[in-house]
Formats: sequence, structure tokens, C-alpha cells
Amino acid sequence: MRMTSSLGLLAAAAAFAAAPLAAQSEIRITGAGATFPYPIYSKWVLEYTKTRPNIEINYQSIGSGGGIRQFIDRTVDFGATDGPMTDSQITAIGGNVLHIPTVLGAVAPVYNLPGLTQQLRFTPDILAGIFLGQITKWNDSRIAAANPGVQLPNTDVVVVHRSDGSGTTFIFTDYLAKVSGDWLRRVGRGTAVNWPVGLGGRGNEGVATTVRRTPGAVGYVELVYALQNRIPYGLVRNRAGQFVNATLQSTTAAAAAAVADLAADTDFRISITDTEGAEAYPIASFTWILLPKQGTDLARTRALLEFLWWATHDAQRFATALGYAPLPARVVQLIETRLKSVTVAGRPVLPAAYAPGGTRR
Amino acid sequence: MRVTGEGRWKALRTVSRGDVVYRAVLTGLALLLPLLLLTLAAELVTNAWPAIRRFGFGFFATSVWDPVAGRFGALPLIFGTLYSSLVAMAIAVPLALGVAIFLTEFAPRWLRRPVATLVELLAAIPSVIYGLWGIFVLLPLLRDTLWPVVRPALVWLPIFRGTFYGPSVLAGGIILAIMVLPYIAAVSREVLLAVPAAQREAALALGATRWEAVWTVVLPYGRTGIIGAVILGLGRALGETMAVTMVIGNRHEISASLVEPGYTIAAAIANEFAEAVSALHLSALFYAGLVLFVVTVAVNVIARLLIWRVARGSAAGSAAI
Repeated sequence: MRMTSSLGLLAAAAAFAAAPLAAQSEIRITGAGATFPYPIYSKWVLEYTKTRPNIEINYQSIGSGGGIRQFIDRTVDFGATDGPMTDSQITAIGGNVLHIPTVLGAVAPVYNLPGLTQQLRFTPDILAGIFLGQITKWNDSRIAAANPGVQLPNTDVVVVHRSDGSGTTFIFTDYLAKVSGDWLRRVGRGTAVNWPVGLGGRGNEGVATTVRRTPGAVGYVELVYALQNRIPYGLVRNRAGQFVNATLQSTTAAAAAAVADLAADTDFRISITDTEGAEAYPIASFTWILLPKQGTDLARTRALLEFLWWATHDAQRFATALGYAPLPARVVQLIETRLKSVTVAGRPVLPAAYAPGGTRR
Repeated sequence: MRVTGEGRWKALRTVSRGDVVYRAVLTGLALLLPLLLLTLAAELVTNAWPAIRRFGFGFFATSVWDPVAGRFGALPLIFGTLYSSLVAMAIAVPLALGVAIFLTEFAPRWLRRPVATLVELLAAIPSVIYGLWGIFVLLPLLRDTLWPVVRPALVWLPIFRGTFYGPSVLAGGIILAIMVLPYIAAVSREVLLAVPAAQREAALALGATRWEAVWTVVLPYGRTGIIGAVILGLGRALGETMAVTMVIGNRHEISASLVEPGYTIAAAIANEFAEAVSALHLSALFYAGLVLFVVTVAVNVIARLLIWRVARGSAAGSAAI
């Protein structure tokens, strides 16, 4: 008797607690992954939930590897990563994933050469040589040849790389693997690699600090860190033979060059390092959000798709202020069809004519 | 009524129901901790299993750590962990003992409490603050001020060979030494305080100087406790992560030189865990974690054995451990 009455009380309490939630039909979306886009994702979430108070989006920047793992385990609604999932990972989840590019990032080769006033120029050979440990002095003939008129010191080159696994490392090693056969054979590309030489710094800030504090140091950081910390970074020679400064424009140009002849059914797992295009900065990459092609919960999937639509359209205007390069128009077009292809229980979630605001960028 | 011896025994042996429950609860709670340790070990082994099967004991013998090719050898990590901790102990133990002896035997009374508190406050500073201090103060100090002066005198020693860029085993060892110092000093101080005054008085009465009394009587009396304090510090040094990774250079390489960069197991796990994409990489990190677990357990076991051996004849301070 006592048992049943307390149970009834519990049920009543539960119904009472659930009622206001149901009335507002609050939708909670969780995501986890890359740290690199975290500043803009949190800005997006903040701005978006201002206009849609019944939606709560929770993004945890635990790293790309963790994002992919949690996405595979389905403990989150969406994952986020700086390096695309591998074929075997995609096969393991039955191909049920979409890669949606959100913004672009660039990686800049930073250095610390006291007394140098000109911006250094790096060729692919020089960068590969330095990070392979073949170029050990700053006045090496290869650096001198690319930098006529620059007074290079006879000091040691101190290589600084990331010690933690990182999408930044993936972009940088992906670039080196493309431009140097030696690098591809000996090191390869990955979020963490077996560095032939150098000191490891933890995080972009770790590398930036070590480079700033070590004369003769050279490293790589996200462009936005180099800009914020005012560390000198070099021009990099692209495929067209131009020495290009890392800027948001040259980053978008790299993506535009890469996607110009992209098939309409692309899965977006494309590398945009070392692309064609006279203006293209060669060490750049998309960052992706991962979501299932076939969702399970209609309301949550719909909310997520609408958020992503907004993020890849209107919300691109927040990108430059935070140091990210916005997506090229062609990519946004392709994303639209991809978002509309998502289904729940076999039926498309977004209507075929979905176009809030009406205009494409 | 006469209570027989038999009756008294019976009364003592009857256990009330409350006692049974109380006893069961306490037993359960007491077993919970060892159980936690066992599940921890089991979890480590389970997750490390793919790497254990793949690499076996070769994990301890190879130096390549290549996540791209899927080859993992933890020798540089194990070496770096032990080496940096050794450096830390070499610096911290004499300092901490000095602090403890000074505070218990020589310092004026008004100075004892404030200094002891200040030393213990070192333990309250977060690890990452030590790391930042290491990057912004210690590394430039070592590299730009100290190293140019002492280099000519030391460079012939194998442990000082190589180019010094700042991040190094030496820097990691110094940071660790500062971090473990308060633990060793505080416990040693308690141990020395526990040495009965009669011991000192006896030594002094026999004509010993104050220093002789400390060296020949007080320290030997408290050695078990002091060893315990040192082991406590060593345990912390082995597992310290954040501050170490910020100054040690994070390089998977074995070098006897103190001025070259190294790496530790804890630092590698912290650095690579979040971004470990392949299952084998993750498993290798668990394997490294298992090694660290075994090493720390082994250190503690050795310490216990040492204490048991030394403990014959002197018992002061074993309570402090």
C-alpha cells in the first residue's frame, strides 16, 4: 500500500516536471570534436540560440580524434574534425556519414630570426628540408637562393612542432607529403607523426610560445595564432610558382581552386593543400562537421540541419572577424543539396524547396 | 547469579544484528578501494590488449613512435619518465631534507611555522602554473643566463653534451623537483618532529654537537619515515603531466644528455589521447599507461620492502607514510 502510493506520487512528480519541457518542445543537440573551429562554433551557437531559444546546442572541443570516435559510437548528434574520416572508418559505420565543410583554416610557417626585417620566402623544398632535418642552418644555400638580398644568420634551425595530436599537424603534414616524396615515404600525414627532428610544443599556443622564445626557431601554427601573437611567418611558394602570403583571401582562393571542378556528388573529403591557382595559399584546409545521412530523431535532425544551413550561409559573415576563411560559393551550393539529402525513416528531413532567406551567397 | 567464565564468553560472542550490518558495510567500503585498483588495472589491460598482442615485449625495447605507420615503442617514454624523475629526486631530496632538518632542529622558533607553511604552499600551486613559469622564467634563465656561463666547465660530461635550446630533461627535472619538494619536506618534517626529544638529549649529553646529534641519531631514527617521504615524492614525479610536457620538449628519443629534450609517459598520454584516431594508437597509449601503472606500483612495493628491511630497530615516523 505504502509502495503504490509513493509510486503514484513519483509518477505525478515526473509528469509535472516533464510538462513544461514538452510545452516548449526543447531540442538539445550535442556535438564534439575539433578544437580549431571551437571559437566560431561557439559564436554560431550563441548567435543561433538567440533567435531559436527552444534549441540548445552543446559543443565540446575534445579534439578531432575524439570527435570521430564519439560520432562513430553515436554518443553525439554531430562530430567535428579537421581531418576527414578514413575509408575504413566510414565502412565501419556502413557509410552513414556526411562531411559538411563549415569554414577554412590556414597554417602558417612561423619563425624567430631576430634582426630580420624582410618576410622570409619558403619553397616546398625548404619547408620539407627543414622539417626533415636536412636543413640545419639558416644560411643554407637553399634558403639563400629563395631569399635573394636577405642577410641570413649562421645559426641553427630549431624545429618546433605540435606534441599533441592535432588537425593543424594533419594539414601541415598533408602538405609536406604532397610536395615531398621523401616526406611521404619517411613520415607521411597524420594528426600525430613521427617527427624526424625538433621540439614538441603543446597546442598552437605552445608552439607559438616556444618559437617566440627560441631564437632560430621555426614552427607551424594556425594562421589566426600567428596573427594574434604577431609572430613573423613566411610566404610559401604555391604550385603556380607564386610566393603567397597566408591570408583569409588566399585561403578561400585555395578552396575555390580545388572545388572548381568538383563532382556534384562529392563527399567533401578533399584536401585543398597545394592546389592550383595563382592566388591560392598552399597550406589550407576545410574543417568538417560529421552527421549521419540517415538520422533517427526527426526533431533533432531537423534542428541540426537548419543550424548547419544557417552556419554555412548567413553565419559565414562571422568567420573573418574570428580568423577563419569563409567557404567559396560553389561549396555552399553543394552543401545545400547534401543537407537536403539527409533522411529520417527513409524520408527527407528538409523540404526540397528549403531556402530560408531565399538567397545564396 | 554467579556468572561463570563460560557465560561471559557466550555474552561476548553474541553479536547483535546492528553489529552484523555495521560490519558488512565497513567491510564493503574497505574492499571498495582495492576493487577500484583492480578494475583500473583490468580496464588498462583490456584496452591495451590489441597493442600488447601486436607488440608484446618489443614495446619496451623499441624507440619508434610512428602513429602513421602504426608502429609503437615506448622505450624513450619509459626512459624519459625515469630519467626526469631521477633528476628531480637528485635535486629535491637534499633540498627537502635540508628544509626539514633546518625547520625542526636549527631554525628559531618564530621562523618555523611561517617557513613550513610557505614550503607547503608550493604544493597548492596548480601544475599548469608551474609549466607557465617554466616556459617564461626557467627556460630563458637556464638557456640565456646560466648555460653560457657553466657550459665550458660542464660540456665534457656526457650528460651535458649537445645543444641547449631550453626545453629539456634538465628543465623538466627542475620543475618536478620544485613540485615534489613540499611533499618530501612536509612529511620529513613530521617524521623528524616525531623523534623523541630524549634521543637528541642523549646524544647531546654524550658530547655530540647539534649537527652530530642530527646526523648520527635523529636522521637514522627517522629513516623509514624519510624513505617513505621520498617515495611519496617519487610517485608524484613519475605521474606528473602538465608542467612536464610544457618544458621537457616532447621528443621520442633517448638521450643521456640532460640538455636535450625528452618525453614522459604521462605527457605522451595527455598529448596524444584526444587526437588518437586509429584504434592501435589508442591501444598503444593504454599500454603506455599500463606501464606507468606497473612502474608506480613497483616503486611503491620496493619502497615497502625497503622500509620493512630498515624498519627493524627504528619505528619512528612509519605512521607518517
